[in-house]
Amino acid sequence: MLTLAHFLTLGALLFCISVTGIFLNRKNVIILLMCIELMLLAVNMNFVAFSRFLGNLDGQVFVFFILTVAAAEAAIGLAILVVLFRSRQTIDVAELDDLKG
Amino acid sequence: MPIFEIVFYTFSLIMLGAAVAVISVRNPVYAALFLVLAFFSASAIWMLLEVEFLAIILILVYVGAVMVLFLFVVMMLDINLEPLRAGFIKYLPVGLLVAAVMAAEFLLVIWAKGRFDENAFPVPSPNPADYSNTKAVGEWLYTNYLLAFEVAGVILLVAIIAAVALTHRQRSGSHRQNPSLQVRVRKDERVRLVKMKSEPKQEG
Repeated sequence: MLTLAHFLTLGALLFCISVTGIFLNRKNVIILLMCIELMLLAVNMNFVAFSRFLGNLDGQVFVFFILTVAAAEAAIGLAILVVLFRSRQTIDVAELDDLKG
Repeated sequence: MPIFEIVFYTFSLIMLGAAVAVISVRNPVYAALFLVLAFFSASAIWMLLEVEFLAIILILVYVGAVMVLFLFVVMMLDINLEPLRAGFIKYLPVGLLVAAVMAAEFLLVIWAKGRFDENAFPVPSPNPADYSNTKAVGEWLYTNYLLAFEVAGVILLVAIIAAVALTHRQRSGSHRQNPSLQVRVRKDERVRLVKMKSEPKQEG
């Protein structure tokens, strides 16, 4: 019997894996962007599961909007990445210290 | 009927394994391909939840557009990977510790006291055969979320323009015309009248 808890557990484990990925690959911007996509997928999994088990379509519409914003975010993020690489020849996060923050 | 459980656990294991591979492989190209595998498995699980429209959208939008964009960028940039891998081992214990604590907390919230078991959230009956998930989502979207839908369209437009404006590069040495300058030109910038004596026609 697959209950809501199974799907929530799946989303939670996926979220934990992507958080670990952000810790491990903290220099590589591309992998960081991929980890963010995985996090969004984990959140979407929860939305979809709740939408199904509550019999309410609002969750699915919300996932639709999250997918839209994630696509926009990936496009702009990769564009920034290309500009960054063009000007500095590296995508190492540790070297982005021009603002001296 | 155990077929649902078999499908669920199979695709869940594939998805979690692909996610672990995404964060641990050395080559970003493989990471992008494993991410595609994770999205495919998630799409199968969404099919299991009878969320067909979003399952298709996930494959079309994510695998078809976003991941192709990722692969395109990864292959276009000539990245030196060695310095980017430094610190992987160093941060492994911290990362695993944080992940373990987070997972323990999540599991505690989800499974303790049966907040999300079949008594609190009864398993819904399957939809009838003539039920269309796409139609239902579309009606719901265009009825209750029309403004949000149009704002989403504007967000995508802004993203397109921003991405093009960021990466567009003016090349030096191109022979591009500037219509504004061409229209504004005056007579004395183009024609030079030279006073000279008329010369007699040469004989012979």
